[in-house]
Amino acid sequence: MLQKIFYIFVKIAVLFLLGLNVRRKEWLPSTGPAIIVANHNSHLDTMVLMALMPLSKLKDIKPVAAADYFFSSPWKAWVSEHVLGIIPVERGGADKSEDPLEGCYNALTEGKVLILFPEGSRGEPEQMTDLKKGVSFLSERFPDAPVVPVFTHGLGKALPKGSFLLVPFFCDIFIGKPISWPGDRTQFMNALKERFNALSAEKTFAPWE
Amino acid sequence: MNLDTIHWALVGIWGLLALASLIVYAISKRSDKNMTELVQRTQSWWVMVAIFTVAFLVSNTISIIVFALISFLALKEFFSMIPTRRADRRVLFWAYLSIPVQYFWVYDSYYGMFAVFIPVYMFLFLPFASLLSQQTDGFLKSVGTFNWGLMLCVFSISHAAFLLILPATPDNSAGGAGLLLFLIFLTQFNDVAQYTWGKMFGKRKIIPGVSPNKTWEGFLGGVGTTFFLSILIAPLVTPFDIIHAAAAGLIIPVAGFVGDVTVSALKRDLGVKDTGSLIPGHGGILDRIDSLTFTAPLFFHFTRYFYY
Repeated sequence: MLQKIFYIFVKIAVLFLLGLNVRRKEWLPSTGPAIIVANHNSHLDTMVLMALMPLSKLKDIKPVAAADYFFSSPWKAWVSEHVLGIIPVERGGADKSEDPLEGCYNALTEGKVLILFPEGSRGEPEQMTDLKKGVSFLSERFPDAPVVPVFTHGLGKALPKGSFLLVPFFCDIFIGKPISWPGDRTQFMNALKERFNALSAEKTFAPWE
Repeated sequence: MNLDTIHWALVGIWGLLALASLIVYAISKRSDKNMTELVQRTQSWWVMVAIFTVAFLVSNTISIIVFALISFLALKEFFSMIPTRRADRRVLFWAYLSIPVQYFWVYDSYYGMFAVFIPVYMFLFLPFASLLSQQTDGFLKSVGTFNWGLMLCVFSISHAAFLLILPATPDNSAGGAGLLLFLIFLTQFNDVAQYTWGKMFGKRKIIPGVSPNKTWEGFLGGVGTTFFLSILIAPLVTPFDIIHAAAAGLIIPVAGFVGDVTVSALKRDLGVKDTGSLIPGHGGILDRIDSLTFTAPLFFHFTRYFYY
């Protein structure tokens, strides 16, 4: 309920302040198990991807995010869990006794849709960094779950890391063809990288430095 | 009664749109070529005319807000497609904030401030706001792009809205609303007319280095059509006598053409086909209002000088 109200506001704000140019929206999975993989530039990434989903499906869409950031204080943790529906993942892997992806496995077993940002951090806005391999473990365990790559541009200009001032920009959201499990983790990561390269080459973006 | 004229003018526009849609429907049935874009274009016209009609009928204030929103969308499109500097995020934010202020002067009928707020105060303030980041690499280029963006998307377009608050006169019962309708209708009709003439009879290129599809035949055909239409409808919704109706009938199509090719030059420089994807079949909002960025200020000052 709280989540729905929150996302009604987010949808209006995204539509009015940003404005999205979405290509192939119909390829976004709204029923699980499925994994949405996106590049990460801004806190807006999750909001925008969630805002593209129908309100009735929101409870089944689970963004995966860093536990050390989103669960760092009790009230942040409450918002992250109840409003954003985040599945926390421990970064760094200090504690070897537990698989950090356990929460993700459970969610996929329950038929949820995960939103993953394999760059790990928002980093420098509008620049893609190396992809972390965690997603390949998920795909290996759930080979039938489609992995849908989503390339976004502009959100890092609108709200980059370290800024609290939202500046309106039109943003592009390009949805790619789902990747089916190729049978090997390295091949999977290569396929994912290729998909992202192809998506980001679909349009020449205005320089931003 | 003054509202009646405006109502009839709107009915006329809807009638024309219905007729155009029938023609497009007939063409798309007959032709085996892909007509999706033409059909989409026509559908988008219905939406745009509907928004405009509702704003018009509800109140001047709503119409002013609609123009402010058009300026906002256009400026957002402009800033999204041009190169910008990360250091200037805050400056862009200030540039956006000039929109409600500029349209407040319109609402307030404060002509003196309306006429100088952007080209004096914003143009002086934005370079200052930009230097605060202390990154002087690309400073000149940035400042130039902000100023031009505000000029096209906010200052020019706000002149259309300012027509609205011009009062009714003895020879023009339709008042500012009639003038605005006249401007918008002729500007947009001229776009369609130039396009259609060009498609049907276009041979000699007029400015191939900027816009390879524009032809002399399209340009002259559009000017002629708009000229006659202007003389025909000016007595209904404007205070113009025949000489001024004829002058307006030349200013609008010529300025519209110049606005169109100016935005084309910008797009060509940036290597984009459309300024955005907001309006299906048309491209972005700047693609739709490019002509208006030139016709609105010229037509406004023409009207104000001779009749107010």
